Amino acid sequence: MTGPNRLNGGLIDRSKPLSFTFDGRSYRGFAGDTLASALLANDVRLMGRSFKYHRPRGPMSAGSEEPNAIVELREGARKEPNTRATTAELFDGLSANSQNRWPSLKWDVMAVNDRLSNFFAAGFYYKTFMWPAAFWEKVYEPIIRKAAGLGTLSHAPDPDSYDKGFLHCDLLVIGAGPAGLAAALTAAQSGAQVIVADEDFLPGGRLNAETFALGDQSGAAWAAETAAALQAMPNVRLMTRSTVIGAFDHGIYGVVERVSDHLPQPLPGKPRQILWRVYSRRAILAAGATERPIVFENNDRPGIMLASALRSYANRWAATPARAVAVFTNNDDGHRTARDLSAQGVSAVVIDTRTDAPETTDYETIPGATVTNTQGRLGLTTVEVTLATGTTRTLSVGGLGVSGGWNPNVHLTCHQRGRPVWDQAIAAFVPGGTLPVGLIPAGAAQGVFSTHGALASGQAAAQQALSDLGITAKPAALPQAEDAPVNVTPFWHVRGAKRAWVDQQNDVTAKDVKLAHQENFVSVEHLKRYTTLGMATDQGKTSNMAGLAIMAEVAGKSIPEVGTTMFRPPYTPTAMGAFAGRSRDMDFRPTRKTPSHVWAEEQGAIFVEVGMWLRAQWFPRPGETHWRQSVDREVTQTRKSVGICDVTTLGKIDVQGANAAEFLNKVYCNGFAKLAVGRTRYGLMLREDGIAMDDGTAARLAEDHFVVTTTTANAVAVYRHMEFVRQCLFPDMDVQLISTTEAWAQFAVAGPNARKLLQKIVDPAHDISNEGFPFMACAEITVCGGLRARLFRISFSGELAYEIAVPTRYGDALIRRMMQAGEEFDVVAYGTEALGVMRIEKGHAAGNELNGTTTALNLGMGRMVSKKKDSIGSTLSEREGLNEADALKLVGFRPVNPQDKVPAGSHLMTRGDPVDAAHDQGYVTSACYSPSLGCHIGIGFLKSGDSRKGEVVRLVSPLTGLDHEVEVVSAHFVDPEGERLRA
Amino acid sequence: MHDLNPITPLGAAAPVVESHGPVTLTEVTETALASVAARLGREAETTTLLTEVLGAAPPTPARLNPGTPGAFWMGPDQWMVEAPLSTHEDLAAQLAARANGAASVTEQTDAWCRFDLTGDNLADVFERLCPANTRAFAGGEAVRSAIDHLGCFLLCRAPDHITVLGPRSAAGSLHHALVVAMRAAF
Repeated sequence: MTGPNRLNGGLIDRSKPLSFTFDGRSYRGFAGDTLASALLANDVRLMGRSFKYHRPRGPMSAGSEEPNAIVELREGARKEPNTRATTAELFDGLSANSQNRWPSLKWDVMAVNDRLSNFFAAGFYYKTFMWPAAFWEKVYEPIIRKAAGLGTLSHAPDPDSYDKGFLHCDLLVIGAGPAGLAAALTAAQSGAQVIVADEDFLPGGRLNAETFALGDQSGAAWAAETAAALQAMPNVRLMTRSTVIGAFDHGIYGVVERVSDHLPQPLPGKPRQILWRVYSRRAILAAGATERPIVFENNDRPGIMLASALRSYANRWAATPARAVAVFTNNDDGHRTARDLSAQGVSAVVIDTRTDAPETTDYETIPGATVTNTQGRLGLTTVEVTLATGTTRTLSVGGLGVSGGWNPNVHLTCHQRGRPVWDQAIAAFVPGGTLPVGLIPAGAAQGVFSTHGALASGQAAAQQALSDLGITAKPAALPQAEDAPVNVTPFWHVRGAKRAWVDQQNDVTAKDVKLAHQENFVSVEHLKRYTTLGMATDQGKTSNMAGLAIMAEVAGKSIPEVGTTMFRPPYTPTAMGAFAGRSRDMDFRPTRKTPSHVWAEEQGAIFVEVGMWLRAQWFPRPGETHWRQSVDREVTQTRKSVGICDVTTLGKIDVQGANAAEFLNKVYCNGFAKLAVGRTRYGLMLREDGIAMDDGTAARLAEDHFVVTTTTANAVAVYRHMEFVRQCLFPDMDVQLISTTEAWAQFAVAGPNARKLLQKIVDPAHDISNEGFPFMACAEITVCGGLRARLFRISFSGELAYEIAVPTRYGDALIRRMMQAGEEFDVVAYGTEALGVMRIEKGHAAGNELNGTTTALNLGMGRMVSKKKDSIGSTLSEREGLNEADALKLVGFRPVNPQDKVPAGSHLMTRGDPVDAAHDQGYVTSACYSPSLGCHIGIGFLKSGDSRKGEVVRLVSPLTGLDHEVEVVSAHFVDPEGERLRA
Repeated sequence: MHDLNPITPLGAAAPVVESHGPVTLTEVTETALASVAARLGREAETTTLLTEVLGAAPPTPARLNPGTPGAFWMGPDQWMVEAPLSTHEDLAAQLAARANGAASVTEQTDAWCRFDLTGDNLADVFERLCPANTRAFAGGEAVRSAIDHLGCFLLCRAPDHITVLGPRSAAGSLHHALVVAMRAAF
């Protein structure tokens, strides 16, 4: 014995004693215990305080439906609040603490709320915290948040990892009770691929909590034997500690497997939990049923629980809340509890609401009676029973089992908006309406409550699934089992109660439900939100039905007329980490590295994330203390001599086929049909609506072969767009596309000495002189003694520039070789920051300008939209609204006061005009400090900008208080005639 | 012959090999790849070309032809041909020359990184990585799937040998994901 309330028998392993603490005190339990069962065995009934009134509470259930025994498990960063003591598997050294109380569980200051309960009825917040409105966010909400809530977070990062996984099966069996095991056995023996998932750590469901036999053995023994047989079959995956949390489209189910929650901490490299996505061809819902309570005065004291839970604790865990208990029932099933506990030597009395209650000599039965009150501040001491005659009788008991009948666990059948239907015979909702495709309910989840019925319906469901799948069923031999009929007389609540709890987790009383109706919250969905009935971690698994029944009563309707609220995934609370899986912190998304990454790291480069790419932003040199020093140097040195930048990240799309040129003519708004082989052309793509989508270049390597480049950001989007155009718009064109972004390492080599540098790299057979390889030329060449490469004479910086590409694995070697070759020219490596400065100085549009609202006209490229051909977006680019006389035009801006900055995002106003949206003249899109000009500059869009050069306009930002003057200039600050890049 | 030294997708001079439990992960860098897509109306010629190159009919959808050279299916009338790099550095050029305009051929060698997982129970690793039903793999499958958000090909050369082809630039992330899954599974 490890506690005063430990009984004989049970499915605990007495050879494995475990020690644990609750609120700092040490206790002993056994392997196979839950935290709740071990505490009950140690005579601890008080396990928590309620949410609103801080009422003392103990476990109400023995499973995942638990509303009351909510605790914090573990310490430090692994502390997990709001965990159900009824499902927490005991392990040696487990540390648990009660929550929502101060200073202690027994003496809780906030219990004063209970005394003030008259003020805290449903809608209290809405009625009380109405004014002044400004108080809501600053005063009321912080107070309420502090007072409310349950456990507290550790505020430390989760030290554990979580996996996400994918499983495939013919049949997913949800629940390993009698129905689930019968279904799984039938399907498995027939050769189907079967997955069985059960939230418990022990397969068997109610079989582990009952005393009746299956065939010539106990239910638990049959379950263990069957589970072992299933586990041994190669076509079966039996998953315990695995909750099916949601039914999604196309037979997909979410399953959370708690891999390590029963261990002090996960084993090295192993996840704490796995969120499985199960692709099933068919599924059987054998999730069982949940017992429902009866609502009566003070029905929430520690020691009062569901009758089935009382029985589970006694039979499976050999624990009882007290040595004398009573059972309050409206059905035959409640009597099982009295019978089983009596057999264990616990004194039991049954209070049955039915006048024709079955009677026995095993225990006393009080027919036609109700429980009208209870006593016991921190735990039940006495129960007041009102007899059929109207007189009262007091029973001294420490435990009270309550049974109001059973509700099938229909939740998963509702995840795709199916609505359950009312079954009068069992006074409960059963699966109905449109079920998720391929989902077949069985057993208690279907409303079949006897063990024989569960076995038979599980087998029948499997046969149906197998038949659907074209697999010949080989039914398993099933044992004889009890087949008791359901005898239940609906009885929801004892009238006249003042504090009778419907939803114990949210402290919603029968009175609150009536008040909600009185205040016209008559829809069940409104009832739920007004009273919070059915919310929080238990999602109303034990409270919804009583709430509906009371609502129906006051509304003068039937329960099915009142209807149910919508069940949504997840079925039980799920750790956020399980949804994130491995995608957190540095692994949130993959990292793409450029071919020169290792080399750049060696240079001490500062990296920036560009989409998933890591690109060198600048390369600091010794003595440089500010990034601007590095960037200014990189720009100046490139413009003066030569600089090298890794531009591999730009999208590269290989376009081949007899109609390749014709295809590009459709995709780009400017003409490509006549582009000569060996030449490159700048191209602008429009969206169908005429807005600019992306720009880049297309190099014609052969009559039927182009290489298209895109911006880094749009590489995937452009490729997808081109595939759409190819497959859907012009399927008759002979054109083939494939991405080659990753296949080639590409470097920009820019500056007056770019050619001289490259001449040391490019094999002499290839003439790259200005005559032999002029501006916008392209060629397939060799470098460094025979390595195949591609050379493009294109310039983003405005300098004499090239882009050179080699197979990616040689990118590292090439940049090292080029830096070495460039030493005599004082070559510099430059990063994305210098790249950006140089393109702004040159007035080249980039992502900031191609922002999804701008047209070719806005960009100063209106004439590029060819009228001689049809291309995507060309027609809609002619829309009147996109071609107004004062359309925005891309121009440059220089501050009148050379010290002023030109911040991007600032708006432009005509001098003398009011500063308001109606007078807005445009905005700055890109800005930088220009080392070439020695001042800040910007480019952006100004109404009729092209005809306003020389005008001084106001640059404003009402948000930051910025207001100064800038002069409108050409966007081409550097070499506007383009002499350098043609040199 | 040029004198530039290649690096692996992971940025090193030599490929990595790692073992955990029954599974060994080997980075493979010595494979040349070229995509072959039939030109419109010349599908039969492309099939003939590939039959000659592979010594067998080109693979049907979601299938792999092992062999040297081998190939796997990538899309309608589109395949990836693979061959040893040492003998086929210019695989794309060779194929393009033989295709003679019947197919579009593109060099893909360095577009991909390749990790081969060998050993028993490979599905225990892959079920934590991607939705592909690797447990049903019997050999010869070529499936496009997503691992760690990355579009990858899974090529089952034998039940105890699966190749993962992923985007080269993300080789580090892919390798990390594979190793983490190996350690989680075994």
